[in-house]
Amino acid sequence: MKPLLIALTAIVTREALRFAQQRERFIAALVRPLVWLLVFAAGFRAALGLSIIAPYQTYITYETYIVPGLCGMILLFNGMQSSLSLVYDREMGSMRLLLTSPLPRWWLLLCKILAGTVISILQCYVFLAIAAALGIAMPPAGYILVLPALLVAGLMLGALGVALSSFIRQLENFAGVMNFVIFPMFFLSTALYPLWRMAESSELLRDICAANPFTHAVELIRFALYGQFNGMALVWTLLAACVFLGLAIRGYDPGRGLVRRKG
Amino acid sequence: MSGLKVEGLGFSYGAKRALDGVSFDVAEGAFCALLGPNGAGKSTLFALLTRLFTTAEGRIEIAGHDIARSPRKALARIGVVFQQPTLDLGLSVRRNLRYFAALHGLAGREAEARIEAALERLGMAARADERARDLNGGHRRRTEIARALIHRPAVLLLDEPTVGLDAEARRAITGHVHDLCTEDGLTALWATHLTDEVRPDDRLVILHRGRVRADGIARQIAGEAGLTDRFLEITGGPE
Repeated sequence: MKPLLIALTAIVTREALRFAQQRERFIAALVRPLVWLLVFAAGFRAALGLSIIAPYQTYITYETYIVPGLCGMILLFNGMQSSLSLVYDREMGSMRLLLTSPLPRWWLLLCKILAGTVISILQCYVFLAIAAALGIAMPPAGYILVLPALLVAGLMLGALGVALSSFIRQLENFAGVMNFVIFPMFFLSTALYPLWRMAESSELLRDICAANPFTHAVELIRFALYGQFNGMALVWTLLAACVFLGLAIRGYDPGRGLVRRKG
Repeated sequence: MSGLKVEGLGFSYGAKRALDGVSFDVAEGAFCALLGPNGAGKSTLFALLTRLFTTAEGRIEIAGHDIARSPRKALARIGVVFQQPTLDLGLSVRRNLRYFAALHGLAGREAEARIEAALERLGMAARADERARDLNGGHRRRTEIARALIHRPAVLLLDEPTVGLDAEARRAITGHVHDLCTEDGLTALWATHLTDEVRPDDRLVILHRGRVRADGIARQIAGEAGLTDRFLEITGGPE
């Protein structure tokens, strides 16, 4: 057990050190949700009326509604950023170093995902603090209760990123991930508008949103921020995390995945 | 006992045959040069030896461990220096080595002592706290070799480790690895396409188009013609 924990600590520390050296990455990761919060939400608050839906007990502003979705956005983009860095690492060779360790490969991949998630959670808390400073505050207990929700959602999206990285042949193909994964996942979810709003325009779109694991990750975060537990969202998010982790492990299996490609 | 044994190894990328019936074994404590032109299959062989790929064709044994049956035991016994640089340039030499030690389950005092010893062995102890980015190419390679020694492997695999280095750095690194074999009993497989990196007494395997074309002592394979001419003769002709 001890070697596994030593490796976990080292991989998380390495990710944290790399992150600390890339301040631009930290700022960029925060600017994105803040622009949505301050610019997009300001423009849309008049256009989008929100009724009282769980977990809210009263009318809320649109800015308040999209905060959990923007936390999800941080986790989603960071998960994909890790995927990008894995493709880069694989091309540059440092992923080889990780994969030739005698420790179990599934554990090494899990450590890598967890390391990325820890960094994402840190960013989410900074974002929540800025939002609170701007007057968009959550109940105090919500800031603690959201931690496990962020962890589960981060692991699910991180696993998706690692799974994708095993299928992306080259760095240049990453634009496809933006178009076919990040954007649909984000826009076809409850991050920006509730399901009933989506149903008004199309039942099909509503169903797609309801099946999107990102929707459930956002709802898990939303409910946790208000001190409530959403069992269905947790089950869906965990299920998706297991599937993505399975795909990631398969993708990096030396006998199967794309890691076999000549490189 | 063999340090490294390869039997009937084959591998294809789709329809393209990269390795075909490759067999050789390297005795414990021997330095073996794996010489082949670009595209000979050296990197594919290294990917199989380090279990980045697996194949159903053939068998690999590292320090007595079959890599297919006991992959973790086999991986624990090899040290690898990849062709591509694998140092984290933003971190110090010591931090790079600590990270690697942890990937082998080593931490604390034991890891520090081994890191110190490995850096000392490669003459890099004085540079331990410098950032990898600030080192020249030769010193980066030496750091990577030191790193590959931390977990005390039995077999050292080096995939074209002198690519991009000047003549002096190349000679120093070749010398270091030879010393590791003669003084520490390490088995080394050194892939290269440069004949001047092979010493006359080295064990030599020539790989071309995925097959072993010559296997023996470099001096004997070279004969009267000299190794460069012999190598060109073996690899220059049509299939």
